[in-house]
Amino acid sequence: MATTIQPQTGAKPATSLSNEEILRYSRHLIMPEVGMEGQLKLKNAKVLLIGTGGLGAPLGLYLAAAGVGRLGLVDFDVVDFTNLQRQVTFGSSDVGRPKTEAAQTRLSNLNPDIQIDAFETKLSSENALDLFRDFDVIVDGTDNFPTRYLVNDACILLGKPNVYGSIFRFEGQATVFGMPEGPCYRCLYPEPPPPGLVPSCAEGGVLGVLPGIVGSIQAMETIKLILGRGENLVGRLLLFDALGMKFRELKLRKNPNCPMCGQHRTIHKLIDYYEFCGVRGEEAPAPDVQVPEITPRELKSRLDRREDLFILDVREPHEFQICNLNGHLIPLGELPRRVHELDSSREIVAHCRSGKRSAEAVDFLRKAGFRKILNLKGGILAWSDDVDPSVPKY
Amino acid sequence: MAVKVMIPTPLRIYAGKRDSAEFAAATVGEALGRLTGEFGELRKHLFTEEGKLRAFVNVYLNDEDIRYLAKENTPTKDGDTISIIPSIAGGSTRAPSGR
Repeated sequence: MATTIQPQTGAKPATSLSNEEILRYSRHLIMPEVGMEGQLKLKNAKVLLIGTGGLGAPLGLYLAAAGVGRLGLVDFDVVDFTNLQRQVTFGSSDVGRPKTEAAQTRLSNLNPDIQIDAFETKLSSENALDLFRDFDVIVDGTDNFPTRYLVNDACILLGKPNVYGSIFRFEGQATVFGMPEGPCYRCLYPEPPPPGLVPSCAEGGVLGVLPGIVGSIQAMETIKLILGRGENLVGRLLLFDALGMKFRELKLRKNPNCPMCGQHRTIHKLIDYYEFCGVRGEEAPAPDVQVPEITPRELKSRLDRREDLFILDVREPHEFQICNLNGHLIPLGELPRRVHELDSSREIVAHCRSGKRSAEAVDFLRKAGFRKILNLKGGILAWSDDVDPSVPKY
Repeated sequence: MAVKVMIPTPLRIYAGKRDSAEFAAATVGEALGRLTGEFGELRKHLFTEEGKLRAFVNVYLNDEDIRYLAKENTPTKDGDTISIIPSIAGGSTRAPSGR
């Protein structure tokens, strides 16, 4: 049985398409599964995209192209040069522009017949319910745990479907939460992982096509919900392994004891999701380990004086290939069992990309008895800024 | 009685970069015990200090959540697949507060 959604009432629903719209959507209209009735459902639908990044790019493009009548875009970020590898809504000339503004321009150009609302704001417990209220379907394309729990809880409180997708390196997950008969995100993951147990960004990264595939799956599920056609992902977690090129699916059950959607709900309003997830948000990471430092300029002048310094690079081998300072490479994770490669009588300068991993390395080595060890402040990024711009930043 | 345990990407660094491993085991708990016996670093990512499965780690036997079976005592049979499904949050993956 296909599940469908109840459109939000408000403005009078459209009951016809212009000749130009008929031509634009002709490949939908000639399919019996869409037809005039389905295209009008799309035109009258209101979809809110949380995040206009990797997942949001195919979502925005396909939903706009398909003729979803009103698209809301929520993001507070600006387009960064490193986004262009996967966030295909944006072009090189958009770098520095607010993402919602750049996406609005691109999507309006793709389909001028639809309404696109840009909400240049950070989704929060204070604004989520007001933002969600006007929309029929909420699509979660965010990148952090606090926002995922916030989106889930707001959807359950308002009774809205939540089309979920997430990615990590070569793996993706997708499902539909928030339908009355189906589970919610908290049924699947009652608790977030503590910050220390989340893989660090040294193991991060994402192949650019992956969010394209997972976001497209979310777009397809959104359209199916609007049309009330087909079997959607309610109660199923779709797993995608891009390296193995395999799709699998797992059964998702509604947890009768779920604090959010169970019979005895214990959560009745939005909470502080950063506290819940044990993080203060990406803007305020935990304070770094305090260790003795050397600035790139000091290091350069000491090297120029041919002082005996041992450069220890604690990044990963594939990062060493991007650029390096001719250091001795021991990835942070291998340091404990490769300590013997280091001579504690020599002065050591440890570095990584930004100075965080090498601070952990310096802290570890000091505890292991090394006394003459310094952290290169700001890492290779600062070295490129202050000493040698020919070293690429990544 | 060989059971295959699928290791998700975020945990592979603690499992010798393996994507799966096979063990002889009669229950899900036994298979996970053998897995963390072989890859000690995995233990703290899957179990609490009291030896209980962590609440944010979902374990499936074939396509069913073991929370709705007999949890870690769920019996396994030859050819079964156990999947560890971690929560992943990525979506736009901006350089994660840059290291």
